[in-house]
Amino acid sequence: MIAKPVIADDHYLQLRRNLIQRIEYDVKATSEFLDAEKLSDNVIQALLKVPRHEFVPENQKPYAYENRPLPIGHGQTISQPYIVAIMTDLLKLDMRDRVLEIGTGSAYQAAILGEIAAQVYTIEIIEPLGSAAGEKLKRLGYANVHSKIGDGYYGWESEAPFDAIVVTAAASHIPPPLIRQLKPGGRMVIPVGDLFTVQQLLLVTKDLNGKVKTRQMLPVRFVPLTGQH
Amino acid sequence: MTSDSARLFLPVGMVSAAALSYEILLMRLFSIIQWHHFAYMIISLALLGYGVSGIFLAINRERLTRHFPTIFTANLFLFSIAAPACFLAAQQIPFNPAEILWDPSQLGYLFCLYLLLALPFFFAANAVGSAIYRFREQLSLVYAADLAGAGAGSLLIVFLLFNLFPGQTLLVLSLLGLLATAVAVCALRQQTGFRGFLVWISALAICIMPLQWVSPELSPYKGLKQQLRVPGAKIVHQASSPLGQIAVVKSPLTPLRYAPGLSLNAMTGPPEQLAVFTDADGMTAIDRYDGDKANLGYLDQMTSALPYHLNKPERILILGAGTGLDVLQAIYHEAESIDAVELNPQIIGLVRTRYAEFAGNLYATDKTNLHVGEARGFITSTRNRYDLIQIALLDAFGSSAAGHYAPAENYLYTVEALQDYYRHLQPGGYLGITRWIKMPPRDTLRLLATAAEALKRLNIGYPERQILLIRGWQTSTLAVKNGVITPGEIEALRRFCETRSFDPAYFPGILPKETNRYNILPQPYFFQAAKALLGDDGEKFQADYKFDIRPSTDDRPYFFHFFKWETLPEILSLFKQGGISLLESGYLVLIATLLQALIASFLLMLLPLNIWKTKLGFNPSSSTHYRTLLYFFSLGLAFLFIEIAFIQKFVLFLHHPLYAVTVVLSTFLLSAGLGSRFCGKIGSSRGIFIPVVAISLLSAGYVLFMSNAVHLLLETKSAVKIALSILLIAPLGFFMGMPFPMAMRRLSETLPALIPWAWGVNGFASVISAILATLIAVQFGFNILVVAAVMLYFLAALNFPPPLEH
Repeated sequence: MIAKPVIADDHYLQLRRNLIQRIEYDVKATSEFLDAEKLSDNVIQALLKVPRHEFVPENQKPYAYENRPLPIGHGQTISQPYIVAIMTDLLKLDMRDRVLEIGTGSAYQAAILGEIAAQVYTIEIIEPLGSAAGEKLKRLGYANVHSKIGDGYYGWESEAPFDAIVVTAAASHIPPPLIRQLKPGGRMVIPVGDLFTVQQLLLVTKDLNGKVKTRQMLPVRFVPLTGQH
Repeated sequence: MTSDSARLFLPVGMVSAAALSYEILLMRLFSIIQWHHFAYMIISLALLGYGVSGIFLAINRERLTRHFPTIFTANLFLFSIAAPACFLAAQQIPFNPAEILWDPSQLGYLFCLYLLLALPFFFAANAVGSAIYRFREQLSLVYAADLAGAGAGSLLIVFLLFNLFPGQTLLVLSLLGLLATAVAVCALRQQTGFRGFLVWISALAICIMPLQWVSPELSPYKGLKQQLRVPGAKIVHQASSPLGQIAVVKSPLTPLRYAPGLSLNAMTGPPEQLAVFTDADGMTAIDRYDGDKANLGYLDQMTSALPYHLNKPERILILGAGTGLDVLQAIYHEAESIDAVELNPQIIGLVRTRYAEFAGNLYATDKTNLHVGEARGFITSTRNRYDLIQIALLDAFGSSAAGHYAPAENYLYTVEALQDYYRHLQPGGYLGITRWIKMPPRDTLRLLATAAEALKRLNIGYPERQILLIRGWQTSTLAVKNGVITPGEIEALRRFCETRSFDPAYFPGILPKETNRYNILPQPYFFQAAKALLGDDGEKFQADYKFDIRPSTDDRPYFFHFFKWETLPEILSLFKQGGISLLESGYLVLIATLLQALIASFLLMLLPLNIWKTKLGFNPSSSTHYRTLLYFFSLGLAFLFIEIAFIQKFVLFLHHPLYAVTVVLSTFLLSAGLGSRFCGKIGSSRGIFIPVVAISLLSAGYVLFMSNAVHLLLETKSAVKIALSILLIAPLGFFMGMPFPMAMRRLSETLPALIPWAWGVNGFASVISAILATLIAVQFGFNILVVAAVMLYFLAALNFPPPLEH
């Protein structure tokens, strides 16, 4: 954990605590789908630390700690904190991991990853978003988060392979180069849905033999079948 | 007096034509700016302007009589100005439907949109309604002008949208309104000085208005807008038609890569592509094809490639060929001949002409035969039989997953359609249908249930021996064989799935351990569903499943509607935990639209009654007054119920949604106009039963015999079918045009103060009717909708305004 802790005032810290309580409640309700009773400690600590209000536009700050996605301009959004939490948790990161993120957006997810993993590499294709994110990460002291502006389809070849990959930018398919850049034993998470509603989470795993599988998870406690079949 | 009302025939007709065209145009514009289902909600609510006009006219009855010429022309003029001005203002409102659940200010924006867009309709309705009130003794002529104008408008807008962009069309409609104003000024022999100046200066302003002002400003969240944020991406071509606005995007710096459902094991992606957006969303692609099949290898890494590996299909039919990716897939697999069917001529134009070289002259090879038309129409008219009939992914993933299409009819995936496809398979041939996978599963399961039902109706003894189903994480492919599936084919399927990390979900003799291995779901839902649906448990499974996956039929062709009311409490309890994604937004919006329309209508009718008790001419203690309103309310509902039901019936007959809507709508309105004109001699309380009984008999006859007629006339030419449709609809429309003016004429003798009320109630009912009709059809089918309409006509007849009491 290289990133400098960000000093938040009591007000924001309390808001984050409240938010985490809500997220933990939702995670518990959805536990059977997420394969975890609760969020890992390192994810909770990261959520507690990262000042989400620094990652939203000025006019959205009053809503920064509400459990919902927010528009950040350029037709993009900052994801719902609950989704950020479970996506990060699904990656099962530790402090030695190297993580690739496709679609920096607000850089909030990158900062969360930066709190947990050793090195984070994040790519954004929309130039103004990418430069703003880079400056923000620098200002907040995330020295272990490396950002660049470019096409995420080819991943970050020079820094590959990665223990984990997060794809937050929409794509019609999982780019083959990203699968190649995932280490054996690595995990990739992709939210599927539109910018404001995540319909399912796709977890892509590569086993030690290089065999790739997916798991599709609903971020909500719902079983479509009743009765015995 | 008669000559005065006759002189108004033209301006009333013109403004009705312009208003109806404007309504359809707004649907186009807001489908481009936002999404179709939100466009539907916004425009439906805006049409309440018609109802409000009735209340407005009721309050101002006296003034109306004194200053009719000024009020009439002023409203025509205001419509002409408001039509573009309100659209321009609406473009400035930053409404984002995706945030509506969280951000209360979105509701405020939405309300502003309703108000703004209601204004043009309010002015148009004031013009027509004031003319009806002023010339109530000859109102059948004015009403005929209104209906005939609307009928002409439904033709005009199709013509305009084929030839102009929507923004240009908006200006043309504004000019039409100004022309109507000018005609009215002359017809009413008003002084032309200042009025003429206003009309001329406005017309000039409209003509010189920069086109970008009226070009739709896209929501930042639409696919096209997102694509254009990629450095270097730019629109290289645009075309517009009533079927949609097409934009072709080139992205030289960051290659486009459209390969939905690509296998996790694929080593390469697609070749260079051009992106094609319809209504700024729903991206698909044109592949660069230089004759080197190696570049198309990615097309073999999709679930849709399965049928090519089962046997060696030579004669292929692609339904919904679009930009040609499935045709390329067939070429990659060495097909001998390919029949490609596509409805949208502009999409075909891109591949066949504008980007023909880029696409490798895909639609002009010796092996490819292109057919412009609707898939069902083609399949019913061809005598060819195929080794493989492929139905491509026609809808966009995002819209499909979010349930945007829930209230949209789709005749491609009905039981009857699948029977038709099956009949056109060679012995041993396959029908392949690929669908997006939703979580929890829906489309694929309904498709499976539909296929099983189709095979049963074809008297296939063991449907479960002729069906295969595989899936990746994103798409599933159902294959139905004309014959029993062989062990060799099952082995081929296993190999196909193994090498691409797809999961078999069903084949004859499948074992549970063979499922759910690569794309792992919490339970092997697809396998469980397939076993149940193809076994004896099908009906129980459908009943127990939390989404509606009953087979879709031609009478209830809502393939994308999965909502079950029984599941609503559970979904609502999960609302804050992401449960919203379990609801189809299209259906949700439809329900929300109906609720808003009902609440707004009742408030708009009841509030004025409390405020202006005596001024309105409506006596709340009189049962006659209430019965009169009930009469007009029932008529308003019934007219559109019939119209909407028969548009759908004729979609199947004419095999083209656009032709059907245009032919049916314009014939209904024009013939209703004639009916209105010629109902003068029938006027008594009993007389109303003449049109009502005629409407009932004709409707019942069509419902009973229409499907037989469709089969008898399969191979008839389109022109003959259109002529026949007109002949069938015209008598129905003729009688449907009568009840409104008959009762209005009675009111003009007994309670003229209620005429504006009747006009307004009819306006409110029309808005509610269009929404309710869709909901009834989704739930119960079109035949029930017709039955409901007939009952409403009888309810109306029983409440025909009584004669003057002496």
